[in-house]
Amino acid sequence: MGRLDALKGFGVTFRTLLTKPVTIGYPEHKTPVYPRFRGRHRLWLHDDGLEKCVGCSLCAAACPADCIRVVAEENTPEHRVSAGERYARIYEINMARCIFCGYCEIACPFDAITLEHSYELSEYTREALIYTKDVLLEPAPKQPPLHSNVPGGPIPPGEA
Amino acid sequence: MALIPPPGAPIRRSPRTDDAIDWDLRDPEALEASRGILTTTVEKAIAWAQTSAIWPATFGLACCSIEMMHTLSPRLDMGRFGAEYFRGTPRQADLMIVAGRLTQKMAPVVRHIYDQMLEPKWVISMGACASTGGVFNNYAVLQGCDKVIPVDVYVPGCPPRPESLMEGIDILRKKIGANGQVPSSELIAARRAERAEWDAQHASDALKGGPAN
Repeated sequence: MGRLDALKGFGVTFRTLLTKPVTIGYPEHKTPVYPRFRGRHRLWLHDDGLEKCVGCSLCAAACPADCIRVVAEENTPEHRVSAGERYARIYEINMARCIFCGYCEIACPFDAITLEHSYELSEYTREALIYTKDVLLEPAPKQPPLHSNVPGGPIPPGEA
Repeated sequence: MALIPPPGAPIRRSPRTDDAIDWDLRDPEALEASRGILTTTVEKAIAWAQTSAIWPATFGLACCSIEMMHTLSPRLDMGRFGAEYFRGTPRQADLMIVAGRLTQKMAPVVRHIYDQMLEPKWVISMGACASTGGVFNNYAVLQGCDKVIPVDVYVPGCPPRPESLMEGIDILRKKIGANGQVPSSELIAARRAERAEWDAQHASDALKGGPAN
């Protein structure tokens, strides 16, 4: 232990005093995510308004947590919902059970379901966490910004 | 003392009966009706104080607790909401964060810790396993910690991001701030309306294609 060691140690302390805090003001500034971050699900529509989901239940079969429930029904000329033969009459995801692994996204042959970036999903009740088809067809609310060191990605304001 | 009782020995059960658990898990509407609604300045001040100093119990069950620790780290700093003070004893804690899968064997312990906490107390069920059992749909894991303790806020995720937990604490603070003066059904309705409002603003986005087939 030399006499200068204490000064060296305090040098680190005083240098750190001058740096900016690393804290993210969370509720005001969302933490940026990477493009492949998996958050809340979303079901997609074709450009003509038909649903991409054809009710094949492959997502439900792939789901390791068994949180997806699909009940399919035949399309009729009068009542055409999806582009295929059948459509999902009931499409429910129990978000409280979902582990956000993205297997449903991989299993889907029509890219009807994707995982968005939204991660603020807390609820007061378990019932509110069962997302039905009309909820899932809407765009995910409160999407956080993309991380700034993604090539070509937007640079979030106020983020280093 | 033998740890495993000999065969035929009477099984010693907890003095806590199912009635006590039922009392905790009773209908929140009925609870609020039985309490009576009093809106006084003192109660509002107490609610404000309680929202600003939620001390969680030091308590982690599985991987979710790693994210819970991250919430305390300087990057997110839960202390900005007065919730940084993790207490080593449940008697000094206001909030229990059930972070991780709750096994059948651990359930009485969690119940015991919950009983030791003083009123008022709140519970956040953090992650898929604590909320519903998650992927562990088997004989060993309790399918949701709300089977033994009343839960105020459910935070989905596996594990939830620290931000998700902070949002859970944020909506819990809204609930504490209401302090029983706003019925929980109204809080739930407000949350639903918030979401519906956002959806209405962005309804046209739903028709914008998505990933190419």
